[in-house]
Amino acid sequence: MEHKAFKDYQDLIPEKILEDVEKSLPEKISESKVKKILELIYEEYKNSLAEPGESVGLVAAESIGEPSTQMTLNTFHFAGVSEMNVTTGLPRIIEVLDGRAEISTKMMHVYLKKPYSEGKEIKKIAESIKETTLKEYIQEVSIDIADSQMTMALDQDKLERIGLKLGAIIKILEKSFAKGYSFKPGKEADNILVIKSTSKEDDLNNIYKLKEKLQDVYINGIKGIKQVLPVKKGDEYIIVTSGSNIKDIFKLEFVNPDKTTTNDIYEIERMLGIEAARQSIINEVDKVIEEQGLNVDMRHIMLISDIMTTSSTMLGVNRYGIVKEKPSVLARASFETPIKHIINASISGETDYLRSVIENVMINQVVPVGTGLPRLMVKTKKKKSED
Amino acid sequence: MTDVFVDNKYVGSVKDGHKFRDDIINERRAGKMPSEVNVLFHEATDQVFVETSKGRTIRPLIVVKDGKSTLTQEISDKLNKNEMQWSDLIKMGVIEYLDPSEEEDALVAFYENELTAEHTHLSITPLDILGLCTSLIPFGQFNQGVRLSQGSKNQKQAVGFYAANFFQRIDMDVNILHYPQNPVVKTLMHDVSDYYQHPSGQNVVIAIMPYDGYNMEDAVVINKGSVDRGLGRSTYFRPVVSEELRYPGGLMDEISIPDKDVKGFRTEKDYRFLEEDGIVSAESKVQEGDVIIGKTSPPRFLNSMDEYNLAGNVRRESSMTLEHGERGVVDLVLLSENEEGNRLIQVRLREQRIPEIGDKFISRHGQKGVIGMVVPEQNIPFSENGMRPDILFNPHGLPKRMTVAHLIEMLGGKVGALEGRYIDGTTFDSENEKDLRSALEKLGFKEDGTEIMYSPITGKQYQARIYIGSMYYQRLKHMVANKMHSRARGPIQLLTRQPTEGRAKEGGLRLGEMEKDTFIAHGASLLLKERFDSDKTIVPICEKCGLIGIYDSRKNKSYCPTCGDAVEMSNIELSYAFKLFMDELRSFGIYPKMMLKSEYDPA
Repeated sequence: MEHKAFKDYQDLIPEKILEDVEKSLPEKISESKVKKILELIYEEYKNSLAEPGESVGLVAAESIGEPSTQMTLNTFHFAGVSEMNVTTGLPRIIEVLDGRAEISTKMMHVYLKKPYSEGKEIKKIAESIKETTLKEYIQEVSIDIADSQMTMALDQDKLERIGLKLGAIIKILEKSFAKGYSFKPGKEADNILVIKSTSKEDDLNNIYKLKEKLQDVYINGIKGIKQVLPVKKGDEYIIVTSGSNIKDIFKLEFVNPDKTTTNDIYEIERMLGIEAARQSIINEVDKVIEEQGLNVDMRHIMLISDIMTTSSTMLGVNRYGIVKEKPSVLARASFETPIKHIINASISGETDYLRSVIENVMINQVVPVGTGLPRLMVKTKKKKSED
Repeated sequence: MTDVFVDNKYVGSVKDGHKFRDDIINERRAGKMPSEVNVLFHEATDQVFVETSKGRTIRPLIVVKDGKSTLTQEISDKLNKNEMQWSDLIKMGVIEYLDPSEEEDALVAFYENELTAEHTHLSITPLDILGLCTSLIPFGQFNQGVRLSQGSKNQKQAVGFYAANFFQRIDMDVNILHYPQNPVVKTLMHDVSDYYQHPSGQNVVIAIMPYDGYNMEDAVVINKGSVDRGLGRSTYFRPVVSEELRYPGGLMDEISIPDKDVKGFRTEKDYRFLEEDGIVSAESKVQEGDVIIGKTSPPRFLNSMDEYNLAGNVRRESSMTLEHGERGVVDLVLLSENEEGNRLIQVRLREQRIPEIGDKFISRHGQKGVIGMVVPEQNIPFSENGMRPDILFNPHGLPKRMTVAHLIEMLGGKVGALEGRYIDGTTFDSENEKDLRSALEKLGFKEDGTEIMYSPITGKQYQARIYIGSMYYQRLKHMVANKMHSRARGPIQLLTRQPTEGRAKEGGLRLGEMEKDTFIAHGASLLLKERFDSDKTIVPICEKCGLIGIYDSRKNKSYCPTCGDAVEMSNIELSYAFKLFMDELRSFGIYPKMMLKSEYDPA
């Protein structure tokens, strides 16, 4: 801090704002002018603070709710533009704020360590983390109706690339289909696999269903990573994946775990803790709003994220999450499944102290926000006889 | 090997998918297989899907062989002479039905001269991609697709001439347009569907210009002179129906002027329009509250004591009256019987509806708007030769919606009106815009359809030339007369003591949940309390047990029904709905105890 005036305001204005002000000051400026500027900034800062009794939560809800009604109309513009189809727009915001455990399109940005981040063997690395199923190694399938058996020809080259042989494949298959079927190498060539049902009653349709099932058997790679896409982002190469598995990805030696992210907030909570989840809610919501070209003040999103995470576990903005945590019976009952809440409250004999907004609206009393908050205090003289 | 599925069920496999598909198609065309069977060969997955199930949309197309249409001149001549029919064409394999899956493999030509060796089918007419109502939109090929569907949706609500025997019919909610006209700019579908027998609009002169802001936000300004001459005028018919019901015990309703001793008798004045038989006389002007059909019903509950009761046999009044806000002239009285043999009285009311501010109008291009102002004729802008438009349409409605056909229809309407002929505006097959322009020039107008116009108020010429033409406009059945509603005080519901809902019951306008939120967001707590005061009550509450007590007005004292009158009672103001809620809780065994505390208590 070059200027003296900054010291006076150090405790009054947040550090970040002071830094920004200092950066944007011209090089030669008189001390009195700096003082004047800071005075005005302090006034402005004070005006932008929330006042006591302001219903910040409701304003946050309105501020996110209103732009998201406009989003519904815009979502189809973005369908299928990028190579990887990612849920954005309103569906994504609902997903994040609802605190869903299973999100519709999981996605990771995998950052790499030094030699690889410059593009070394990028394609090979990307391929190696991708989860592969038997489908990708099948050359041809034919079903013999008479013997009700299935013959599969596998791609020898592809198998060699991942270092597996037919025997290993059979072992994997036998593990996942313990009963009912037998897997044996065919006689005609090295890459032929014969599958037979051990129970004779299996009809044609079941064999066909088995064919579909077999194609999805996991063979190699990191589970959950459905697709990989090496991308150059700025100066370095990263791998964008569809599907997410932070736990296993972090174990890989070539991955930079400091920067690697996922859009699965639950996974972040499990691996990195609740504070990381809080930040990631803010990031995800902000990303969508930015994408849609809308403007929502960051503080609204932060407030919602705070509420979702203060109880040290993730809570969704719904009746299973933050509404469940409300202290007032009437407030909970006014939001979905009222009977459940009232019966449970009567069993345990709960008391509603009418301290929040919605209960007071229900009984037509003054709501304790804004003009309803201040009370008049009168000092009464005590009578001597009472003493 | 290609897997074969019939109705999505695996049945086996064939050697050659291509050949298999072609065989099925040829068999179908030869009539050996039902015409509704469709087949798709999906090369990427090497699968053949045969579809035989119901519920698929299928579309007729002309079969093309070796780049030539199988619908030859010879066949179409026979069709024209009525020697052949549609079903013959299907049997011959000239026309076949494709479902969405088989369409995947088809290459369909729009016109016969576009056919190449690769084409498999020819569309019967390019118009067949549109439905009936959408085909009624002229120059549709110049419109954005959304506007076509919006235009056709709105046309269905147009006031028109729905049946020639409407005088003899009693239908619900009927609107009849007084001077229906054929559109000057018409399409093939107007001829095919005999539109001239049930038209539903009028050709108006329309200028595209703003008018002092009275036609902003999609409103239109309408010429009062045109309205007086009958533009958009319609009549609204509504039936009032009543039935003489039979009840157990030989009792029945009676249609008559009720006696004065009937339970629930109105005033003499309310029955003044009834004739001796208890039904209104035709052509009487009735208003809300007036009785249309006088009726009395037997008492609701009978018990054995009634037989000895001299004052018994008190019948209930159950007349049909006009509800709040309704009015009209009695048009027709019809006496008949229904299926159960009960006497049925139907009275049809008639009301003339002259266009007024707020009535909805539409062109055929989804350009809907309400009347923003009815302007006296002398205040409507006029052109060089004295023409005053019927409707002033705001130009801001055009750029974003891209309804170019709206503009072209105006041009076509102008040419058609001046030349005295119909203009063909069939989508994909319409008259050329350039021809219309040159025709207009020959008629002595500017070829771009604009004219010099003058301000009616100053008499000065406008700086811009105004685009003016003629087009088909329709009045929609949504009229303010059916919808206008307001309330300051009025009826409340018995159960909750909150205002009733809906226009028919003179209900209140709800301040909803989101509106409530705006009050909270502003911190206007006291205002919010005042707004939700409609059902406030003051109830005495027992300070000991916390339940609602009873006020005894004789002793001017409140007491608690459980704790007696030796306890402190406090009057508390709360909403009646909440009182009801607590009563409901008690009714299923939950004890809602109210613990009271003084507002001025510091603790």
